Amino acid sequence: MDLTLLWFILLGVLLAGYAILDGFDLGVGILHLTARNDRERRLMINSIGPLWDGNEVWLVTFGGAMFAAFPNAYATVFSGFYTAFMALLFALIFRAVSIEFRSKREAPTWRRFWDWSFFGGSLLATFLFGCAAGNALTGIPVDAEGVYTGTFFDLLRPYPILIGLLTVSFAVMHGAIYLFLKMEGEIQQVIHRWMWRGFGFTLICYMLATIFLLAGRPEVSRNFREHPWSWVIIILLVFAFANIPRAIYMERPFYAFLSSSFTILMLVCLFSFTLYPNLVVSSTSPAYSITIANAASSPKTLGIMAIIAAIGMPFVLAYTIAIYWAFRGKTKITEHSY
Amino acid sequence: MDVVLLSRIQFALTIMFHYLFPPLTIGLGIFLVYMEGMYLKTRDPQYEAATKFWVRIFALNFAIGVASGIVMEFQFGTNWAVYSRYVGDIFGAALAAEGIFAFFLESGFLALLVFGWDKVSPKVHFFSTVMVALGSIFSAIWIIVALSWQQTPAGFAIRDVETPAGVVQRAELTGFWSVVFNPSAMDRLVHVLIGALILAAFFIMSVSAYYLLKDKHEEFARKSFAPALVVALIASLAIVYSGDRQGKIVGELQPAKLAAMEGVYRTTDGGTPMLLFGIPDSEAKTMRYKVEIPGLLSFLVHGDSGKPVKGLDRYEPDVPPVAIPFYSFHIMVGLGIYFIVLTLYGLWCLKKGTLFRKRWLLWVFVFSVIGPFIANQLGWVAAEVGRQPWIVYNLLRTGDAVSKGLVASDVAGSIVMFGVIYVMLFAVWIYLLDEKIKKGPESASNPK
Repeated sequence: MDLTLLWFILLGVLLAGYAILDGFDLGVGILHLTARNDRERRLMINSIGPLWDGNEVWLVTFGGAMFAAFPNAYATVFSGFYTAFMALLFALIFRAVSIEFRSKREAPTWRRFWDWSFFGGSLLATFLFGCAAGNALTGIPVDAEGVYTGTFFDLLRPYPILIGLLTVSFAVMHGAIYLFLKMEGEIQQVIHRWMWRGFGFTLICYMLATIFLLAGRPEVSRNFREHPWSWVIIILLVFAFANIPRAIYMERPFYAFLSSSFTILMLVCLFSFTLYPNLVVSSTSPAYSITIANAASSPKTLGIMAIIAAIGMPFVLAYTIAIYWAFRGKTKITEHSY
Repeated sequence: MDVVLLSRIQFALTIMFHYLFPPLTIGLGIFLVYMEGMYLKTRDPQYEAATKFWVRIFALNFAIGVASGIVMEFQFGTNWAVYSRYVGDIFGAALAAEGIFAFFLESGFLALLVFGWDKVSPKVHFFSTVMVALGSIFSAIWIIVALSWQQTPAGFAIRDVETPAGVVQRAELTGFWSVVFNPSAMDRLVHVLIGALILAAFFIMSVSAYYLLKDKHEEFARKSFAPALVVALIASLAIVYSGDRQGKIVGELQPAKLAAMEGVYRTTDGGTPMLLFGIPDSEAKTMRYKVEIPGLLSFLVHGDSGKPVKGLDRYEPDVPPVAIPFYSFHIMVGLGIYFIVLTLYGLWCLKKGTLFRKRWLLWVFVFSVIGPFIANQLGWVAAEVGRQPWIVYNLLRTGDAVSKGLVASDVAGSIVMFGVIYVMLFAVWIYLLDEKIKKGPESASNPK
């Protein structure tokens, strides 16, 4: 297989891994304010306590892999989205330290401060990821040198904001399903309502986003018209998504979680397939778009990186699964908890 | 101020703040392996309590290290887009390898290390500790390979690439192992790892000395202090040898940097003296108030005290500034000598059995932990500023590497943002560290 295509797919895998895993802990970050007392909140936070850090590594590795495989795209995206990325880093740093610091003192004001910063960080980060995806789909002003020529506020147009809301709704649903799995007792009823709310909002946002995109930029369906087999992605997406309410209704949360995770995977496939072969679509001129061909590293580097991934990723998957297995079951507060 | 200077200030700020934590976690990781290994071997509950205590300290440092480290992975793209395009083929690969081999390992097993006490058997837990320590060392390996490549590039070719704006040049990989074993990589790695070990040893001694002064957890403190003291001494001696090797490599491959670090403005006739003290005067291009040992620098660099070391005058106009590398390097070396003297004296007192009764000496140990923090920072400052005006030595200038289209006010804004976050993080870090240390190891059974 063509090495640039392989790395395009591997980036998709890292992105999907990140979205599925950090997706639920970002969702928990947004939802934990619904806890009615400190014990419930601690339960929620501890349900992701050992895992959020490893989940975030998927994003960091995604960044590193993009740097290595498509340096041109990495350079354009990160310098072009400068202010947005600084806001994202701000959100992620706050989120990371909030969870660590809140547990260290019992004073209510101390805890309230970190609770709100955990909520705010999670919400802002999720929203910005969605905005980034929305901008990737609609294209951004990029000149011949690959330099972004717009401003920060050009990134906050209605469509990217809509995708931002879609991402937040999805994270709420995904996080609620995860929490439903990990919690027991009364709190489950509160979470149960949020699963439905998350699902409802996601459905509305998704339909609006699809209509707007197809109406505003009909060319996005080009790849699907040229490759009819790709409709499999859409069919699987619809089935997986439809299966979420079914599983929630049947009270099979694990099944709902799998469906929700699979839906994310299909959404990333849909997103990647729509973009392909572009990494950054230039709204200035299609000739300036950054593609997997003109952004790629040398074949030698891509080959070596493929070997590194082939050696490293099976280990990563193996011990990620092992660690999730070790923390399976309902969350309990112990002496080592946050 | 221009975008280049602001971006450099931001990079210095973020990386220096970040680098407070990794050397500590690298060193403490190794120490944790020892502690938990001893616990598995002896089943002495003292070791168990000690391991749990140091795991809590480790986790706190690790969390801030991760939070501040996310910035690193993206900063090359945000502020240094031209550089990213130029070196992505090589530098990016090392960074991605770090992600795949190191970050997943560290963060995954950290979960078991911190939260897994009741979830897995002691042996699996010990295995997790080893993996976390190994992960942090892997991380150091890849990042130092990448940074060393900027100092002494190898295993690459400059090639033309077609872009919509025309043909541009970039560095492409030709030999993977030549990149990994670029001329300065392995010596720098050894130097950095020993530096991490010294920091962790001084950190442990600092905490232990504090307990001894407060008559708390004395058994624990003695058990920790003595091995840390031995490690600190050996590592402080080893780093002299490692530093000497570093100096020779710099002298050979980046002579202008060496001249700046040693404050050699002008090439002398005959042997070049080693400056022990001096104040650089960049206008007059000379050192003032010099205290020097004749011929020593020539001897250290060439093994011949009569052969001159070339001064900055031979490398104009591509020369680094003198003051920052000179001061950083000399303060670092001075601290290194201080570590040796202090640990030698400490060991002598330990042998005589008076160490734990000398309150003033224990107080010195409590505060000496600041020394290795500073020395580790200054080592990097000397290395990175000494590389200027190049971002990739002899290939790409720092001034040409910054992102196009970046606005000074945006960078200034992000510097303020990082500044505020870091001041706050630093305050909370010190506060929590202080609290954890005051609580001590025995409360392992009743945390909040």
